[in-house]
Amino acid sequence: MSAAVRDPAALPRLGWTLLALVLLWPLLRLTDFRPAALFEAGNLQAMGHFLGGFLPPETSPEFLAMLAKAMVETLAMATAGIALSMVLAVPLGLLMTRSLSISRLGPGRGGWVGQILRGLARGVLAVLRGVPELVWALLFVRVFGLGAAAGVLALGITYGGMLGKVYGEILESTDARPARILLEAGSGRLAALCYGLLPNAAQELVSYTVYRWECAVRASVVMGFVGAGGLGQLMDQSMKMLNGGEAASILATFLVLVLAADGLSGLLRRRLA
Amino acid sequence: MGFSLDGVGLTHANGFRALRGVDLRVAAGERVALIGASGAGKTTLLRVLAASLRPSEGRVRLLGGEPWVDSPRALRRLRSRIGLVHQAPPIPPRQRVVTAVLAGRLGQWPVWKALASLLLPLDPAGAARELARLDMAERLYARCDRLSGGQLQRVALARVLYQQPELLLADEPVSAMDPALSELTVALLNEEALRRGVTLVASLHAVDLALRHFPRVVGVKEGAIAFDLPAAEVTEALLRDLYAAEGSLPLAGEISGVTAAPGLPPLRCA
Repeated sequence: MSAAVRDPAALPRLGWTLLALVLLWPLLRLTDFRPAALFEAGNLQAMGHFLGGFLPPETSPEFLAMLAKAMVETLAMATAGIALSMVLAVPLGLLMTRSLSISRLGPGRGGWVGQILRGLARGVLAVLRGVPELVWALLFVRVFGLGAAAGVLALGITYGGMLGKVYGEILESTDARPARILLEAGSGRLAALCYGLLPNAAQELVSYTVYRWECAVRASVVMGFVGAGGLGQLMDQSMKMLNGGEAASILATFLVLVLAADGLSGLLRRRLA
Repeated sequence: MGFSLDGVGLTHANGFRALRGVDLRVAAGERVALIGASGAGKTTLLRVLAASLRPSEGRVRLLGGEPWVDSPRALRRLRSRIGLVHQAPPIPPRQRVVTAVLAGRLGQWPVWKALASLLLPLDPAGAARELARLDMAERLYARCDRLSGGQLQRVALARVLYQQPELLLADEPVSAMDPALSELTVALLNEEALRRGVTLVASLHAVDLALRHFPRVVGVKEGAIAFDLPAAEVTEALLRDLYAAEGSLPLAGEISGVTAAPGLPPLRCA
């Protein structure tokens, strides 16, 4: 191959790939990652024994009634938590979005104020999501006592941090020109968001929010350990009593909820398409 | 009112010098065509006039305000009085035509009104009126991704007409339209400017359209103003010099006043 037609990006690409592999190797060693151990005879038997305990799933009417109540509690907790997190995430995410900055047009005056505010918003979001929800929950349990309130608040804060960051990034990666020409015609930030960015970004924002709601349902398991009620607490009890059948029914409920979230997300995306 | 540029120069972040030493004074109600080869700086000049690009040097006065000296509040108010029709209008594909047109008044509407209008369009009659002038009234509730390039350009035009700006700017507003429609559209822009007594500046790729419809023609070459003359005084020599880099004169149809010399390369449609 002559030098003229050689892809100038090929060599750097090879270099970065090799570098990634070289970095990955010690990390795998460090985590003692040996997939072969899964298939050793003794281990297979131990896993089989553990999973065998889950069968058959518990289906007694009393337990199913308890399960239904716990499911409603979990849904309520996840939904309230997500609603709270959106109250945090929407303003912070918007603040972080560069394509809605009026002072960047031109560029005009006061750009440094916007830069500082965007940096602050980014920092606040990092703190909110940097602390795991379990730690927030342990903190709030001291205020609200055992119960769902601590769980909702903990979910709201951590998920607010995650949603805000991703909202900001989705809005930044959406075509910025429709919003920019609106800002250039004197429109405000919120109007430019609604008329310029949301038509293109709504689908992705909705699907990420529903996905986070699904994660919140799962996170309620962890919340159960601080007595936040719902499926998590039920799971905690069943596991402690080594009742595999009950655990299997609870897991099946999770699967149903995840599938429902998937269906909801698909429906909303189609409506917005 | 009107506007004036004094010694305006603009260097882009990548070091490209898009404008140099531009002096331009346009009185209120004047209608000016910008012509020049592609890459000459017409779009940059229009964006400076729209208060969306800040020049690296020189002084800009628009509609009695100084965009880069006044407060940010005043700048926003000034921007809502200027309307720029974009060449390739970046309208979200999923947006409906009515919403895209009503967006023209976002600079004048309070936020609550803008948000309410998303739920139920507040002035569909107003949007329909502007669309009707462009023969697009029946597409009021169509989605923008169902439109052709020329139709989308007319939606963008309807938006700026609905905005009712005091300074009407257009960046190659007919580049995606056929010659007959181009003619009508450019005539409409001029009629609007005359009727409301506002200033109109339009860049046009087709020289003949510019000469036929605009009293004043400004030639832009390599980021500077090559000539600034009444349309009747634009000579073929000036045009040939302006488009030397392109090799031929870009035309939409017949050229009047300027006769093609036998030595000219074949005419090309814009």
